[in-house]
Amino acid sequence: MLHKQEAGRQETVKIGMQGVHVYYGAYHALKGVEVAVPEKQVMAWIGPSGCGKSTCLKTINRMNDLVAGTRVTGTVTLDGEDVYDPRTDVTVLRRRAGMVFQKANPFPMSVYENVAYGPKIHGVRRRSQLDGVVEQSLRAAALWEEVKGRLKKPALGLSGGQQQRLCIARALAVQPEVLLMDEPTSALDPVSTLKIEELMHTLRKQYTVILVTHNLQQALRVADQTVFFLSGEVVESGSTKRLFESPRDDRTKRYLSGRFG
Amino acid sequence: MADKTLYQKKIRLGDGLLKGSIYAAAALTFTVLLGLMGYLLVRGLPHISWGFLSHTYSETDPQQNGILPMLLNTLYVVGITVLIAGPVGIASAVYLTQYAKQGRFVAIVRFAAEVLSGIPSILFGLFGYTVFCQLLRLGTSLLAGCLTMALCVLPTLIRTTEEALLSVPRLYTQGAMALGAGKLRVILGILLPNAMPGILTALVLTMGRIVGESAALLFTAGMSYGMPRGVFSHAMESGRTLTLHLYQTAREAATPDAMNVAFGTAAVLLILIFLLNRIAWLLGKVLKKGES
Repeated sequence: MLHKQEAGRQETVKIGMQGVHVYYGAYHALKGVEVAVPEKQVMAWIGPSGCGKSTCLKTINRMNDLVAGTRVTGTVTLDGEDVYDPRTDVTVLRRRAGMVFQKANPFPMSVYENVAYGPKIHGVRRRSQLDGVVEQSLRAAALWEEVKGRLKKPALGLSGGQQQRLCIARALAVQPEVLLMDEPTSALDPVSTLKIEELMHTLRKQYTVILVTHNLQQALRVADQTVFFLSGEVVESGSTKRLFESPRDDRTKRYLSGRFG
Repeated sequence: MADKTLYQKKIRLGDGLLKGSIYAAAALTFTVLLGLMGYLLVRGLPHISWGFLSHTYSETDPQQNGILPMLLNTLYVVGITVLIAGPVGIASAVYLTQYAKQGRFVAIVRFAAEVLSGIPSILFGLFGYTVFCQLLRLGTSLLAGCLTMALCVLPTLIRTTEEALLSVPRLYTQGAMALGAGKLRVILGILLPNAMPGILTALVLTMGRIVGESAALLFTAGMSYGMPRGVFSHAMESGRTLTLHLYQTAREAATPDAMNVAFGTAAVLLILIFLLNRIAWLLGKVLKKGES
């Protein structure tokens, strides 16, 4: 094991979900999900395709708003504040809860401009300040050494793994508290995957990370907590070690042993 | 089924016939198209000279057989029409793809645009004549012509711009949204810059369409071949474009030289359209290269 669960670590709930239902038109995608995401830990969300884990992730930063015909009921909270409250400023919400997508999606701009894009939106204008944020974010995403000589080069010229780390740097540049990672390594080779997994270990010191993954080994390697989703419901959740070693629900047991999914 | 060796090539008559007719059809098409262009150029090019391009024209004085006013009128109509139709078309396409609720209304607008881009331009001419020339009292003027032309090109312009906007990967806009960027910022900072090659290509092709249009301008912009006297005052004056000049000189044959003038004008038009298509192609190529 790459890390141990610290004994007696204070657990504050960063993100809370109570009775969350999501409908896409007539399709009932999430059916009363209850999750408490502890602060500054990595929590993995696992489950077969179509189980609702990505949908659930997108309710947190309200990316579901962009899909026409989506309806969300129940409560999703960030630090106890309701994300769906009419007073919520989505721009602030998305700054505090950054997202990394399944497919690396750097903008067709330079490496530098990609990382600087977020801070610029949120009002950082001074060049010296931007320079600092860009370097800091690229360092935090373990990419600085590889790209420091080509900051002005197009981001699309980077390798797939580098592009994904650039997207992480881009998300970190707006100083989020939460990182929502939607299968961030599913399109990457094993070496790049390993780099990003190592990165998650460092990130958990400062950020609350939710990692949606298909890869059970990955969940086992990097996650403190794991939640198992099935057919739009949470079947079981707990510390990764406990869930993998002694699953309480029969469906969890069967999924973990590769019987379906 | 009893073939024991690979080396007995059979001649299949059906295949040969089919292949033959495909080649023949292609050859016929290319011959006609190249023949047409060749004929126009052979008859027209000898009459293109610096004098032809830089002199004025008169129906009564055969010595004045230049096309400068018509060339200027054409450029004028292209410029003003693009200035009117460009911003309106791009804004409409942004509205249709980004803001409008995708439902019956948008479907009707799209259908209307499709129908309008297919109807004969002389109908736009008739409409422009009654609305701009008569109702709005613009008379037969280049401004009325440009407004009519703008209506004429808008449907196609909106549709091609929409396509350019829709071809921008959703991943880009999602990425920006996830960082907290508002809708307008995403449209201005991500969507439009990425759709720009497509939009510019659409604009240049629109220019080509305007250069080649005659029917919509016939009733609205008029037939005056006088030399433009000022940029702004010219808008309210009647003026004929190259296509109308071609039409008029070939039809009336007012001077002995008229057919030569017509063919010379045709060659100039052909070269203009060719250049615009070339520019559209180059723009698309250069801008796409800049991305990666």
